Order: sequence, then structure tokens, then C-alpha cells
Amino acid sequence: MSLLEVVVRSVVVLAAFLVLPLLVGQTEHKVMAHMQGRLGPMYAGGFHGWAQLVADGVKFAQKEDVTPREADRWVFRLAPAVSLVAYLVALSVLPLTSGVVGADVGAGVLFVLAAMAVGILGPLMAGWASANKYSLLGGMRAAAQLLSYELPMVLAAASVALAAGTLSLSGIVEQWHPLWLVWQLPGAVVFLVAAVAELQRVPFDMPMADSEIVFGPLTEYTGLRFAFFLLAEYAGIVVMSLLFTVLFLGGWQGPFAAALGWLWTLVKASAVAFVVIWFRVAWPRLREDQLQRLAWLVLVPLGLAQLAITGVWVVLTT
Amino acid sequence: MTTLDVLFTAVGVIAAASAVLSVTTRHVVHAALWLVVTLGTLAGCYLVLGAELIALVQVLIYVGAVVVLVLFALMLTRAPVGPSAEHDTGPVQRVAAAVVAAGTTALLAGVLLAALGGRTVQIHGGSTTELATQLFGRWVWPFELLSVLLLVSLVAALAISRLRADPDSEVRS
Repeated sequence: MSLLEVVVRSVVVLAAFLVLPLLVGQTEHKVMAHMQGRLGPMYAGGFHGWAQLVADGVKFAQKEDVTPREADRWVFRLAPAVSLVAYLVALSVLPLTSGVVGADVGAGVLFVLAAMAVGILGPLMAGWASANKYSLLGGMRAAAQLLSYELPMVLAAASVALAAGTLSLSGIVEQWHPLWLVWQLPGAVVFLVAAVAELQRVPFDMPMADSEIVFGPLTEYTGLRFAFFLLAEYAGIVVMSLLFTVLFLGGWQGPFAAALGWLWTLVKASAVAFVVIWFRVAWPRLREDQLQRLAWLVLVPLGLAQLAITGVWVVLTT
Repeated sequence: MTTLDVLFTAVGVIAAASAVLSVTTRHVVHAALWLVVTLGTLAGCYLVLGAELIALVQVLIYVGAVVVLVLFALMLTRAPVGPSAEHDTGPVQRVAAAVVAAGTTALLAGVLLAALGGRTVQIHGGSTTELATQLFGRWVWPFELLSVLLLVSLVAALAISRLRADPDSEVRS
């Protein structure tokens, strides 16, 4: 791989990382608005407020960047970057279509999971370093939640890897068969629920429950650093949707996959992102004990059962 | 020196430096965060040596779970922003720790250099399939024994916490 190719690949991944989360954000504005009988942004940019998020970005950039006096300066400033870069790294190995991927990693599933595991340090660092009791409470809630939901997510992903017989994301898509929609369904449900919980979105937004603890770990953040956390959340939706598409929905597989593979991946991932947004409008927040109960008493057993079913199936058929 | 040598040296130096910072810092939470850097760069060492799977599992388990658990435990106890003097140790203990650390390093370096120094080993394997074949073929019994050990400690931890939470229980610590 030449230097030029590395640069081109990096720039393309970075461009996707900057554009796709904005698209998801704008979709959320409009979808939520229409589900609640509102119009949503209508003025910025003219056509149905398409430039609303650009305007928001300009507004964030103009705001003062405040670091509280009691805060741990370096950790406080580093936290948004940790959150954001993890998803950028994860995005770089997700395949768009056959052969089109930022970097083809052998153990792609593990790579994505490991990158996102580093990202969960971001809210923790923010929560502790702000020297604010609401932030600390939010940080603790985030730690408890992310630890609990990482396990079912890894179990569900492991089931798919076992079924495909490979850890490579491209390999999994190539092995995918429509029948997987049926016998990997429990794993898919577990993965989707755990993914929403990892993103700390409604109904799993205990860590930043704005009516209880202001905004959790992000309470003290202003300006661009706050915007980076928000961007990380939407980048997280993009990464999770693409990962779900690749693992459970067969990525680029579909009619005319040779020519339209990239479109299939994007359409399926958009559908998943839509469902994630829909969750936010449809359900109220889970309480902390309900949240832990769901993870340990429902998702982990389901994930283990799915892994057992997949194991038996693979042993019987090969 | 090849590119891999340079990379390995760079990653190794960062790992060693952050490890030293992790034990010498006066900020409790900073120690945990420097540990993240150490474990992450250690994964980098594995990666340079061609063990991709081990590197990724290292990040997933140690950074993603173990350090997050450490941070969570620190937040539950008192972990104030800024240096905390109550966790400081006396000069005698510091010197003793430094001597023990230096001794261990010298011993390990001596043994490893004497045993393997200068010998070039061709790496084959390291791939996921190769590793899985070894782990679940030749080394399956130690592997299963370890999993039983972990299960026992898990159940024991649960039992201890349950017994202490029960006010009527006669078993008290």
C-alpha cells in the first residue's frame, strides 16, 4: 500500500466520519419532530432547514471554551477527544461494499469492539475530571451501564462470528445467508438493545438524565468540546448501525450486489439508525435498577443461549 | 534496523514511561489513566510482533473492562481532583519498591538475554485460526481449568457480598 493510498483512504474515512453523523443528526431532528406532530427546523439553509446542524456547529464554535477552576485540566480537555477518536477508528474498518473499506483488518469484529471499548473511557474521564457532583454521578452511572452492556454485545457478535467461521467483517458478510435473519434473531435483538445502551441514548440515558442530574458527565462542558461529545454520540449511531448491518443484515448483499452493494449497506444502516431514533421517541427512560436487571437477567442469558444454539448448529452442519 | 524495530522501540518506550508515571503520580485517577496508556501500548507491542488477536483482546479486556472497573471503584470511593497525600508512602517503602523493581527488571532482562538474546525466530502462526487450534487442541485442559478457577472466584465473590449484606447472618467480617 503506497503512501498516497493511505492518505486517500484516511481522507475518505474522515469525510464519511464528518458527514454521516450530521445526516443522522438532521434525520433525528426531522423524524422526531414529525413523530411528535411538529415540523422541526424549517428555516436554516432554506429547504426544510437542511443547514440547521451547520448553523449549530457555527454557534458552538463561537462559544467560550470554559474549563472549571476546580477541574482536572488535562483529563477534562482530553475526554471529548477520547470519545470521538474511538468511533473514528472503529469506522475505518467497517466495509461499505466488497473490497471497499478504510483498512481491511483480519479480526475486524474484535477491532471494532475494542475501539469502542476505549471510547467508553471518554464519559468516565469527563465525569470525574469536571469536579462536579452531577458529573460524577453521571460518570458512575455511565461506567456501570457500559460495563453491563458490553458483555451481551460481545456475546451477540461472537455468535455471528461463530456462525460465519471468521472474525473478518468482510468475511462475515460473504458467509451471510437470509436464513440468518431467523436463527440469529435473538442475537440481533440483544445486539441492538446493547448498542443503544452503549450509546447512552433513550431509553438508556440514565448517565445524562437531564431532568435528574443536569446533563451527567457533560454538565460542565461548553462550546466545541460539548459539540464533540454530541458528534461522538451521532458518530456512535453511525458506527453501531453499520456494524449491525454488517453482522446481522448481510451488509452489501441484495439484488445487483455487484453494482449496488454500497447502496444496500447504506440503506440497511439508515434503517437501523431510524430505529435507534424511533426508540428515543417511543420509550421513557429506564430506572437504574431496571437497566441493570435487563442487562444481567435478560440480555446476558439470551446472548449465551444464542451462542449455544449457534455452536450446536455449526457443529451439526460442518 | 527495520521499520518494525523502530516501531517496537517507540511503543515499548512509551509503555515503560507510562508504567513508571502510573506508579509515581500523586493523583489516584491519573494512575489509572496512565495504566490505560501502558496497557494500550503493550497491545501495540503485541501488534508489532504479529499477534493481532492478542493485541485486540488486550485492548478489549484490559482497557475496556478492567480499567473501567478500576475507575468505577475509584469513583465510588474518595478520589478527589488533585494530588491526594493520604495515599503517599514513606521514603523507606519507596526505596524498597525501587530496589525490588530494578532487581526484577535486571533478573528478567539477564535471563531472557542469556536464553534468547541474539537469536532470530521466524514467526509463523499468530493468526486467529492458528491460535484457536493451539488453544483448543493442545492447551485445552489448562484453558478449561483456568475458566473453572475464574468461575469459583466469581461465585466466592458473590457469596462474600451476600453474606455481609444479610444483617441476620452469623457470619460477619
